[in-house]
Amino acid sequence: MGKKMTILTKGLIKENPVLVLLLGTCPALATSTSSINGLGMGLAATAVLICSNIVIALLKNIIPDKVRIPCYIVVIAGFVTIVQLLLQAYVPSLYKSLGLFIPLIVVNCIILGRAEMFANKNSVADSALDGIGMGVGFTLALGVMGAIREFFGAGTLFGFAIYAGHIDPMGIFMLAPGGFFVYGILVAAVNHFSANGTKKKSFSCDECPLFNACTLKEDEELRVKVEQKGAEA
Amino acid sequence: MVGLITIMMSVILVDNFVLAQFLGICPFLGVSKKLDSAVGMGAAVIFVMVLATAATWPIYQVLDGFEIGYLQTVVFILVIASLVQLVEMVLKKYVPALHKALGVYLPLITTNCAVLGVTIMNINDGLTYVESLFNALGAGIGFLLAMVLFAGVRSKLENEAGVPDCFKGVPLTLISAAILSLSFMGFSGLFQ
Repeated sequence: MGKKMTILTKGLIKENPVLVLLLGTCPALATSTSSINGLGMGLAATAVLICSNIVIALLKNIIPDKVRIPCYIVVIAGFVTIVQLLLQAYVPSLYKSLGLFIPLIVVNCIILGRAEMFANKNSVADSALDGIGMGVGFTLALGVMGAIREFFGAGTLFGFAIYAGHIDPMGIFMLAPGGFFVYGILVAAVNHFSANGTKKKSFSCDECPLFNACTLKEDEELRVKVEQKGAEA
Repeated sequence: MVGLITIMMSVILVDNFVLAQFLGICPFLGVSKKLDSAVGMGAAVIFVMVLATAATWPIYQVLDGFEIGYLQTVVFILVIASLVQLVEMVLKKYVPALHKALGVYLPLITTNCAVLGVTIMNINDGLTYVESLFNALGAGIGFLLAMVLFAGVRSKLENEAGVPDCFKGVPLTLISAAILSLSFMGFSGLFQ
């Protein structure tokens, strides 16, 4: 039971995909212009993540090892299309504001990363829990970012006016620079308050969730080159 | 012709993929520490974006003809993934010099949201084939421009003395990106 709880809760804060693992940065920045958009994007990605984790855990003995990544992509893309059509039918306003970023859930590295790192070596139940945990962590991070940007940028929260109409809000928070800025501040805050001190995170090959599947692993010559270039990155 | 140049310039400067639309953030933050790797990655992205657009635009017309346009996402990602593999193999065999320069970055591009993004955007915006190709070229050049500028900024950040501990590394990079993105906002309204 304890192990199941750990699987479920580790994605919330300790291994939060956006703020600690630094995955899924594109949707996190682009769709967090308001708390509703952020939560909507988070929930859509969570639905895809849970479904794809379950299906990939079910199929893990059938999918040949060599072509597993294309297979995962097909499974994920199928669920993304389902989510896209459902949103278009039932929540057209959200569909419109998320726009391009709904089909782009396919290339969200959190989902492919969990398939490769977790679902293909764990049971169906564990994979589902992992999907829920990671998805909620992603949603939480996007919701918080969205709330901060909406509060400062529009003076509202979840669409309700807080100080809008009395003080001019700082519109820059809703625009691209505000996204980078709020994300930077949140990562710094997590660094500051995390128990293991300020662990310097980076975007290197070793921390990439797809490292084991990457073609670079097989091509020794290329990998050495990438590592030389990526060593400092 | 003027229309094509407007499309290209506006996606380079006003709607820059990285700094205004948040597409391709991972390579932007990950590979921008050295100028030469930033240029290599940018060139590889231009190459793949134009090729992917050249391949996916006609495919969408076929899908649309059969009224199965909703398969767009599934088909596009598979086409892009196999295209990148194919290009890598062809370059390795026939143009080893180019493979040496771009090859390292090609596998990293397959699941790059900027590439899938530009192909879907071309369809959504209802651009013609030629317009789509110019849009893809512009998106790639804009990516390269952002990478090169940011590599320049980051080379000055190497000395992190005086930066609070919790801001070292990624947070500082993100805040520098915010300032670069702010400067690109100056281009807004340049094209109608």
